[in-house]
Amino acid sequence: MTKAKVTKGKRIGMTGDEAVANAAAVINPDVVAAYPITPQTIIVEHFSDFVHDGEVDTEFVCVESEHSAMSACVGASATGARVFTASASQGVALMFEILFIASASRLPIVMSVANRALSGPINIHGELTDQTVCRDTGWISLFSESAQEAYDNTFLAFKIGEHPDVSLPVMFGLDGFILTHALEGVFPLDRKFSKDFLPEREMVHPTIPGNPVSSGLLALPNYYMEVKYQQELAMDAARKVIPKAFEEFGEKTGRYYKSVEGYQMEDAETALVTMGALSGTTKFVVDKLRKEGEKVGMIKVKTYRPFPADDLAKALKDVDAVGVIDRDLTFGAPGAALYTDLKTSLYDYKDRPQVFGYIAGIGGRDVLVKDYEYIYKQVLKNKGAEKAVPVEWIGLRK
Amino acid sequence: MVGDNITDIRFHGRGGQGVVTASRIAAEAALVEDKYVHAFPAFGPERAGAPIEGFTRISPKAFTIKTEIHYPDIIVILDPTLIGTVNLGKGLKEGGIVIANFAGSMDELKSKIGIKQKVTFYKVDATKIANEELGRPITNTVMLGALVKITNVVEIDNVCEATAARFPGVIGEKNVKAIKRAYEEVQ
Repeated sequence: MTKAKVTKGKRIGMTGDEAVANAAAVINPDVVAAYPITPQTIIVEHFSDFVHDGEVDTEFVCVESEHSAMSACVGASATGARVFTASASQGVALMFEILFIASASRLPIVMSVANRALSGPINIHGELTDQTVCRDTGWISLFSESAQEAYDNTFLAFKIGEHPDVSLPVMFGLDGFILTHALEGVFPLDRKFSKDFLPEREMVHPTIPGNPVSSGLLALPNYYMEVKYQQELAMDAARKVIPKAFEEFGEKTGRYYKSVEGYQMEDAETALVTMGALSGTTKFVVDKLRKEGEKVGMIKVKTYRPFPADDLAKALKDVDAVGVIDRDLTFGAPGAALYTDLKTSLYDYKDRPQVFGYIAGIGGRDVLVKDYEYIYKQVLKNKGAEKAVPVEWIGLRK
Repeated sequence: MVGDNITDIRFHGRGGQGVVTASRIAAEAALVEDKYVHAFPAFGPERAGAPIEGFTRISPKAFTIKTEIHYPDIIVILDPTLIGTVNLGKGLKEGGIVIANFAGSMDELKSKIGIKQKVTFYKVDATKIANEELGRPITNTVMLGALVKITNVVEIDNVCEATAARFPGVIGEKNVKAIKRAYEEVQ
């Protein structure tokens, strides 16, 4: 298969939020129901401009809360409509109850999450915990490294979620402020591409007038477990659908994504692993360390759910030690979200590296180049340790 | 410079003076030249009148770094009332550049600003230009004219193009005129 050249054409300056709103406008969803919250607000504001100006045909449902937003999305998606929403932090937390209903009802709603730290204390800045806590909701979960990737994820999310083998809701994150509010050059896509890449959604049993169906039903011990098992099968199906969606997107745009992206991994002895915007700086630091002669690479985890366990094991089989940088929190656990999943995934493999955990960038604290360099040094220092090394918090005030 | 060929710029002004717009136009001008950019405000709530910052990172080569800008190569001061009242030099690199909106003499600027690093100073009376060309003391675009004259980080024509694209019609034309005047008058 010949791969398209890197996308030609003019890049347009967009913040991450503007990129997502613009992508959603190109997709022209049937329904958007959303409630504004920093740092997502610009997505909704921008999109409502498109509605007002007649640039999209979307029914924009103004709601009084995120709980209502997600409820409206569920209702709309059950009719077979293509539905989009966006939220962050407390907004996602308020939706939590309905997130499970969306996935159990197998409704491929797409939500962009402008990743922000959760209260309290109140904080509006970047952190991925608002999305990592959704790991048990049954949503497919992707992250973005750049405004371009957030733009592209808007298309990919619909492609993956609406695949008949999957039929699951998809959320994709973009780090608050450093992506949502920062302008980058973004290659735009057009309606022609969108129509081709995202054919009209086909729903087997839509709830429409003249075709009454029941959905969101009661299932007691006699059937509940089977419904849940089907959700797990859908996640398994997504593992096959996701790489195909990335491949097709790459052929059409020149931008190829992977659930697990390796960078400078060919002869790497040590690897740093992370998600979201931290991936970009990690690549920068890996280049710097390479120039200094260090055999280090990095892995960017783009797909968080379904967790790409096998891909990670394969990508890391030849390295000795791994430092996982989590920009998310869970308390009283063996470590933060990515660290624990990665470590669990590697356990059954004979060729596996030692894995050390680092927590950084919490509540929007900037993670500096020297912080990554420190983490790398710590991984080298810990390599070969025969006892468990506790997860380390980076950049704490002393 | 955090890496090869990357120029980090910090804009200083007050909320409502178009600091973020200046950082964006600089980036959009660089995009016209097919360069790579990252432009952003100081993150958090904005308050009208309070000192604020905007940032632009520009490189001829693609870059992936996503930190904020802590060690700028260049600072651009939009509002002269910040000089002597705000720590404008924080993190500014040795050998860096200061471009200030300032009506007084160069000696006055240097003694008032309180920057200890070895840097090069430039100044332009941007408030005067803005008042005369735009009819109000908003200096964000004016200072871009001074910035590109001194640093060549982007071409003046592309700043004008990006400005005209952002402010269509008469307002854009007036801003372009003001940019060109600052380009000539900065010293």
